[in-house]
Amino acid sequence: MFKEIIARFKQGYRTMEFPAPGLALPARGLGLPVVKTLEETAAQACVYGAISAGPGGGLDMGRCVFCGACAQAAPGAVEFTKEYKLCASARQDLVVGNAGFKRAAPVAADIRRILGRSFKLRQVSAGGCGACEADCNVLGTLAWDMGRFGVQFVASPRHADGILVTGPVTKNMELALRKTYDAVPGPKVVIACGACAIAGGPYAGHEECVGIPRDIPVDLYIPGCPPHPLTILDGLLRLIGRID
Amino acid sequence: MSIPLVPLENILFLPMEEFTRTVTGKLRSGGRAAVFFAMPEAGAFRLVMAIAFDLEGRLEFLSTAAAGSFPSLTPELPQLHLFEREIYELTGLKPEGHPWLKPVRFTGAAARPGVAEFFRVHGSEVHEVAVGPVHAGVIEPGHFRFQCYGEKVFQLEIALGYQHRGVERRLAAGPDARGIHYAETLAGDTTAGHAWAYCETIETLCGAAVPARAQVLRAIMLELERLANHTGDLGALSGDVAYLPTASFCGRLRGDFLNMTALLCGNRFGRNMFRPGGVNFDLDAALVKELKARLDAAFRDAENAVALLWKTNSVVDRFDATGLLLADAARGLGLVGPVARACGIPLDTRRNFPFGPYHDFTLSASGRGDVYARAYVRWAEMQKSAQLVDAWLDALPGGPVAAECGPLRPGSAAVSLIEGWRGQICHAAVTDDAGRFRYYKVVDPSFRNWVGLAMALRNGEISDFPLCNKSFNLSYCGHDL
Ligand code: SF4
Repeated sequence: MFKEIIARFKQGYRTMEFPAPGLALPARGLGLPVVKTLEETAAQACVYGAISAGPGGGLDMGRCVFCGACAQAAPGAVEFTKEYKLCASARQDLVVGNAGFKRAAPVAADIRRILGRSFKLRQVSAGGCGACEADCNVLGTLAWDMGRFGVQFVASPRHADGILVTGPVTKNMELALRKTYDAVPGPKVVIACGACAIAGGPYAGHEECVGIPRDIPVDLYIPGCPPHPLTILDGLLRLIGRID
Repeated sequence: MSIPLVPLENILFLPMEEFTRTVTGKLRSGGRAAVFFAMPEAGAFRLVMAIAFDLEGRLEFLSTAAAGSFPSLTPELPQLHLFEREIYELTGLKPEGHPWLKPVRFTGAAARPGVAEFFRVHGSEVHEVAVGPVHAGVIEPGHFRFQCYGEKVFQLEIALGYQHRGVERRLAAGPDARGIHYAETLAGDTTAGHAWAYCETIETLCGAAVPARAQVLRAIMLELERLANHTGDLGALSGDVAYLPTASFCGRLRGDFLNMTALLCGNRFGRNMFRPGGVNFDLDAALVKELKARLDAAFRDAENAVALLWKTNSVVDRFDATGLLLADAARGLGLVGPVARACGIPLDTRRNFPFGPYHDFTLSASGRGDVYARAYVRWAEMQKSAQLVDAWLDALPGGPVAAECGPLRPGSAAVSLIEGWRGQICHAAVTDDAGRFRYYKVVDPSFRNWVGLAMALRNGEISDFPLCNKSFNLSYCGHDL
């Protein structure tokens, strides 16, 4: 008993303030891209076709795995900032053009009213590499303590207000994803977390992956490979209107 | 010293019968199959095996031709059970006499994941428990079937493949710009391990001399990855026995180690650091200083948090003699990593097949094969990792951090062995006449170790499953590829 108390003093109070001024990705991290010119060289550097050059083009954060190859090939065209707030409500909003991108808005007021101060999610891991899951889990540790905002991952879809999907949705997980979604009582929200869930990520174009089925509407897109925990938490809190 | 390139014509080619006999002899006298695959050749297949003699640090290659079927070696050599099932699933070559020829990843067009025959135990009070693919926690999908008598588990069968996303097949179409991303995401928590194995495979094939500074930076990444994962797992083990102080502290500390990795390359999981020929990011004096300070602080807190485990009777009681896995079974099944070391098998790639800056690596960690041993071995390894990183930061070799990689040598084979935090990672590549990949094979340590978890559960209690599972903490995506 005493050794635990002594250890607790040594370890200190470690829960971070969130949101807080000055929070940013690590110095070498790749956050929100700034598209200065829509150059062909940048577009060609991206093996995922995330950049379309020319008028109306932009950098699609949904396809981007944040590898930095474009910025290296065409530093004058694309630059990555340390900004972690990357989530969007609609798929096309993830495209960063010369004028930036459109950040997510809260879910509809009627759903927010039902949620009140509690937001429970069933996470469905459907393919992918497990990194998104790891950085979702991290939000439950004392450093992040997502529970203080009323947000929690729960075991049963019956207890959930929605699902958070990670991975490119392999053929082998399609049925399980659908069953889990169906088991969540409505109204429900769907969050696509990470490059894989949004557009296939590093596995884009693989016939082993089918993506989130069209008839499961997505309410929030959180880009990144994997998204930094800051990005995920920002997205979740924005969705339920806890920050704006 | 990595494993030298092997010109294809130097790979011993034997008639099937002799191949079978030779492999049996070698695997019975200290050999372990590091990789075993069937590569298409001349309208049929060539079976290729790399046998590792761990104690001697030696690798031998054997091959034979096969069409239609080949005699299964699994009844004699259980360590080949999954390799043979995999060969059957990928090529249709049937290992005749294999005792349990089930799908590994359910990849066929008609295959439905988890839909297969399961071993059943019958009896009036025997019952079956089925769990997954979607589990209670935020973890990857897999399906577990328990045959129980009350609390007692007679048999556990694990069906995977839900994470199968076709990475290995795409790697084989390389090398190309996506290759390194595939390697980095073979198992997201083992980015450094797999990225290193991939890069080393290419470097062996093109004869690139990776600068010493790059190798040390890679090793720092690899050891930080080990520190983060071991810390997280010790915390999770603690949580599974309802001892919350260590669980809470380690949850935060795991993040501190990940953030050190991010300090180096910008990403908590080590993405974007490795590239064939070297690394993408260097350290300057200020970063070295910062890393050293953070390592010191995080490791000291980890020491404090983990020490609580061994001093708490309720924890020790739950860890002790739970999930017992005996050395004979582990050796017979070819298990690797901390799981194998925890039952007394002295295999550590860093010592047995030294790569990068590990030439005089020593660490003996051993135990009697229970959860306690698996936890304690992790702690011993963490101490070593912290020492290594600290010493490397003090004496970083000078020079560049990357070398150019030229074209790959045609008609050659290369094998790379890296000790990831879960154990030995093996990548093998064969090039065609044009110097492109003709075949690429990945063996994640989880591919070998999942069956170890099933063995550890035998005659245990089903309520111990979460604890046992955590003590292995295997990768689903690394297995499913
Ligand atoms: S950072 Fe994103 S947009 Fe740029 S090359 Fe990589 S994947 Fe493409």
